[in-house]
Amino acid sequence: MELLIVLIPLLPFLGFVGITLFTKHNKRLSAGLAIALMAASWIASWIVIFRAFATEHFEKHPFHVPLFAIPTGKSVLELGFVVDNLTAAMLFMVPFVCLMIFWYSWGYMGIGLPAGEHDRRGWPAESGHVDPLASRFFAYISLFATGMLGLVLSDNLVTLFVFWEVMGLCSYLLIGFWFARKYDDPKRITPKQAGLKAFLTTRIGDTIMLAGMMLLYASAAVLTDNQAGLTFSKLFEPQVLEGLQRMSVPVFGSMATLTAILIFWGSIGKSSQWPLHVWLPDAMEGPTPVSALIHAATMVSAGVYLIIRMFPLMLAGVQPALTFLGFIGAFTALFAAVIAVAQNDIKRVLAYSTISQLGYMFAALGIGAYVAATFHLLTHAFFKALLFLSSGSVIHGMEHGEHHVHHEGHHEVHGFDANDMRFMGGLRHKQPWTFIAFVAGGLALSGFPIVTAGFWSKDEILAEAWYGLTHGDKGAGLALFVFILLVLAAFLTAFYTWRQISMTFLGKPRTESAAHAHESSWSMVAPLLILAVFAIFGGFIGVPENFPVLGPLLNNPFHHWIGHFAETLKIKAEVHPFNPIPLLFSVVVALGGLGVSHLIYGRAGKGWQTHDQLDPLEAAMQRVGLGWLYEAMRRKFYFDELYAATVVAFGKGLAKAAAWFDRTVVDGIVNGVGRMGVGVARAAAEFDVVVVDGLVNATAVVAGWAGGLLRLIQTGRVQTYLLVAMMTVFMLLALFMFYL
Amino acid sequence: MDSWILTLITFIPLVAAVIVLFMKKEQEDLIKRFSLLVSLVPLALSIWLAVDYYQRYLATGVGGMAYELKVPWIPQLNSSYHVGADGLSVPLIFLTTLLSTLSFYYSGRTIKRRVKDFFFLFLLLETGMLGVFVALDFVLFYVFWEIGLVPMYFLIGIWGQPKDRPLYSAIKFFLYTLVGSVAMLLAILAIYFQVGSFDILEAARQQPFANNLTIASLAFWAFMLAFMIKVPSFPFHTWLPDAHTAAPTAGSVILAGVLLKLGAYGILRIVLPIFPTAFQAWAMVIVALGVIGIVYGAFVCVAQTDLKRLIAYSSVSHMGYVMLGIGAAAAGLANVGRYGDSMAMAINGATLQMFNHGIITGGLFFLVGVIYERAHTRDLDKFGGLSAKTPYFYAIMMVTAFASLGLPGLAGFWAEFFTFRGAFDIVTVWAAIGVIGVVMTAAYILWRIIQSVFLGEYDPHKIDHWTDLTDYSEKHEPTDMLAFEKVTMWPLVAFMVFLGLYPVPLLAFFNTAAVEIIQRL
Repeated sequence: MELLIVLIPLLPFLGFVGITLFTKHNKRLSAGLAIALMAASWIASWIVIFRAFATEHFEKHPFHVPLFAIPTGKSVLELGFVVDNLTAAMLFMVPFVCLMIFWYSWGYMGIGLPAGEHDRRGWPAESGHVDPLASRFFAYISLFATGMLGLVLSDNLVTLFVFWEVMGLCSYLLIGFWFARKYDDPKRITPKQAGLKAFLTTRIGDTIMLAGMMLLYASAAVLTDNQAGLTFSKLFEPQVLEGLQRMSVPVFGSMATLTAILIFWGSIGKSSQWPLHVWLPDAMEGPTPVSALIHAATMVSAGVYLIIRMFPLMLAGVQPALTFLGFIGAFTALFAAVIAVAQNDIKRVLAYSTISQLGYMFAALGIGAYVAATFHLLTHAFFKALLFLSSGSVIHGMEHGEHHVHHEGHHEVHGFDANDMRFMGGLRHKQPWTFIAFVAGGLALSGFPIVTAGFWSKDEILAEAWYGLTHGDKGAGLALFVFILLVLAAFLTAFYTWRQISMTFLGKPRTESAAHAHESSWSMVAPLLILAVFAIFGGFIGVPENFPVLGPLLNNPFHHWIGHFAETLKIKAEVHPFNPIPLLFSVVVALGGLGVSHLIYGRAGKGWQTHDQLDPLEAAMQRVGLGWLYEAMRRKFYFDELYAATVVAFGKGLAKAAAWFDRTVVDGIVNGVGRMGVGVARAAAEFDVVVVDGLVNATAVVAGWAGGLLRLIQTGRVQTYLLVAMMTVFMLLALFMFYL
Repeated sequence: MDSWILTLITFIPLVAAVIVLFMKKEQEDLIKRFSLLVSLVPLALSIWLAVDYYQRYLATGVGGMAYELKVPWIPQLNSSYHVGADGLSVPLIFLTTLLSTLSFYYSGRTIKRRVKDFFFLFLLLETGMLGVFVALDFVLFYVFWEIGLVPMYFLIGIWGQPKDRPLYSAIKFFLYTLVGSVAMLLAILAIYFQVGSFDILEAARQQPFANNLTIASLAFWAFMLAFMIKVPSFPFHTWLPDAHTAAPTAGSVILAGVLLKLGAYGILRIVLPIFPTAFQAWAMVIVALGVIGIVYGAFVCVAQTDLKRLIAYSSVSHMGYVMLGIGAAAAGLANVGRYGDSMAMAINGATLQMFNHGIITGGLFFLVGVIYERAHTRDLDKFGGLSAKTPYFYAIMMVTAFASLGLPGLAGFWAEFFTFRGAFDIVTVWAAIGVIGVVMTAAYILWRIIQSVFLGEYDPHKIDHWTDLTDYSEKHEPTDMLAFEKVTMWPLVAFMVFLGLYPVPLLAFFNTAAVEIIQRL
């Protein structure tokens, strides 16, 4: 069992090592190796979780694997893996989604296709050819899978952080995978810049998180006589949490609150929440499987997982921490949804949607909806991975169309971009399977009632917020805030999702490329259809028990599984009575959003006619004098520009200033002292020659010394003054000591 | 064997240097091969030393000074030839012999001019460095300290590139270090007159001037000046970028890899044990200088355009962690009962940083050598797109650069982790300021090094002549790393990965030493 658990992250790691060291020159073998080892890791994971399901009172007897202990003074820092209910739930999702995306990547990277004659390393391959760096791609995603699996298995914050950063590295490498790529539009961000932006932005969050970890580690050490380390089970002992609450600090009151908020900053960076949200949309410069894997299903949701894992600390951080969590989450959920409405890049819409949905999860955690947040994390991973992979299939189809157009000797319209939905349209006929998959994912994202997974998880969050609003005492204000913002966001989610489906699949093709697009290969379509099944039916494991008809029938196994675990951590996870009001809200906003969107974008023959027309919503907003608002939405509320003008400019300016200071002032002093030394030496030499002729012995020493220095200085400047000064001081000191 | 092994390790390079003197200077290949082969002996012995120390001392839970040899040397002065090694010095001895051997191997292929002189000086340098790590007598320590200084002066001055102002850099390095040496000599004399012997361990037992803070502080600062110049700590660091840019590749490797560690080693071996009260009194100054070094050094890096200068400044930033760790440990002396483990972790962080910085920055300087030998420039704006042209070089550079920025899973991380763990407990506010350096480090490594050199489209117009090192012909495109360059980097990369995944064995050494240092204070 222990071996099996260790193998889960180890197998993909062996894939990474194997490809880098041995198989990198054979792309087919490399891809095959990565997929085979990922499949093995998936099987190992599911064996482990089925054993976990079969274990009685598993929440009290998790599987634990100690790895090693680092000596820290007289104590040790213990590191290990654990499989408990939460990890088991993650192990259900992560390796399976990884495997689907690995499989899809086979087709996406063009494994088995011939190498293009004009293809260059660091550029995407031409349609119908294998990517010149496909082996590298599979090595990177294998390493990534190691990171994510290791993260969910960690029984402590240290290894969690290690794997967290390994994922950050892979994210960086994969966003910048096409490192040489440049665009005609010089203002458009290139993959290499996007990778840097992603790494540095998340690094800010990670560094704040590191500070929080250190404070937590040190404080818990004081409370437990250096026994706690950073192991979750030891940190969440009641006396530790209470001790942290009592420990007062100048900011935020208690150490528990301070560390909770600092650690949450790691999640803000990793899950791309406002105000560190700017990197994720640009991360779409990476290959689409990467967007699906890293920037939708796993890494970005690891930020949520961290907070779920650390939830006892968040609770101990009481209202300041929870309010912060809820505020950031709810605000981001709405903020990103608003931006998503005005985006035309098919992947960037999904990126903002991901930011928004992750905000949902944080908001849920802020109001204490532990089980609902976990549930939404899982369902979202499935349907968002599905949406991204479908959009990848769409882009592939469009690129094929573009290739075809060029091949026929025609030119595509000015400014054509295979990612831009304005150039699409009517793809449902060309890509029927992709269309089905996208609609399944889109409806799940919109929360289409009853038949989609997204509905159940989103509805549960709204129900919890409503419950907090009506029953809560201290948290009622926050619950109200969260409820209103999430309802608005849910409406916009449905709205922009249907806009996306309309622009992409409905109507008529708006370019030649769209007219000549074709369905992707089976290795890409098959994973889509499998994920679509989960996006539709996955929600039935979490139907509320008190929901009419379905509830008693399905018995909500998810709530039992996570709820029992939550209780061992003293987290409330009671089952609320059925309440039709939040249900009504979630049904109305989902259907309303889809409906309004269809009125604007979807009606046959209206909506989008040509690729260069104004967005119908923009036109409508301009008519009522809100054109500036639409422009602001399209420009992402100018956050990129704001940060470029403030943080980035300040950092670069400070660097320049520091370099100038170092060259001119610090080194200037050193050289100045050197020149003074030369002056003193010259003076001494003069003095020696002219005045002190009689004192032969003494002057000989000085003259020799000064002369020596003089000889030295003829090659450059010298730093002797320090020498002279120090020697004088210390000689005096020595004399002084003799006579003490 | 026990009492002679350190002497053997230390003096074999010196004996070899003397033999080299008697060789004909035309026999270049013979000199190169001989130096390399001889340097394998101290390397093998230091591996044996590490394994033996681990098995006999660490595995049984007792650390302490071992392999001691004490023979009267200058009886009139009560100075003796006293050497020994403990958990602190054993890994550093290994680091020195490893980097020396790699330098001999690499220089055998790249040094073309005055070969005999180069290898003679380099062997002499190795003895000087090893001597500092084994010496337990102040006179001996001082002699070795100075022995290390002279060859480096010539290495920079003679084998530096004319455009990098080698003479200016060499003299700056020499005089700056000499200023520190003089201060140290006076402090050593002060200790001698108080303790009556030059024995370092004896001085640590007696802790002279413990009841006179003024005198103790003067002696403390005299030592600290010497060591902080060597580290180098802000504001005494400006000799370092000049020395690095001028030095030949192997010289830079040894300078960054070992010579900087001598200063930090001196602080841990001499200053902290002998002047704990003075250190505690001044601890916040050291902490502040450490943090300024971390943050300021990182900012200066971002604005550099010369690859080697950039890495030199990154050393200033990285050695700031060492100062922060040691300073935090000293500040913790205020309450050893409360801070005991945090102090040990702060020292562990500092010592890990010393070792890892040696491995990582040593590696970075080799990699600068790889590109400089081909392009004959280090100007970052001249490069771009090399990851498509030289994938092997790119891969090795990625591992090394990410290790340098402290990516978890690679060696650099644990040093930062434990430094901050100790510092956050003892000097919270300063540690919190220090973490800004972590972000800036990522910025200069990824933005300035990786992005400027490796990413983007390769532009053949920027550099039109690339030297192909197989036959020194001129090509229009860069060629990837050759076997000898790969072999040089392999051990370093292996350590970066291994110690990143499993730092326990190295920490076993350092932690034992740290616990002992703290116990004796």
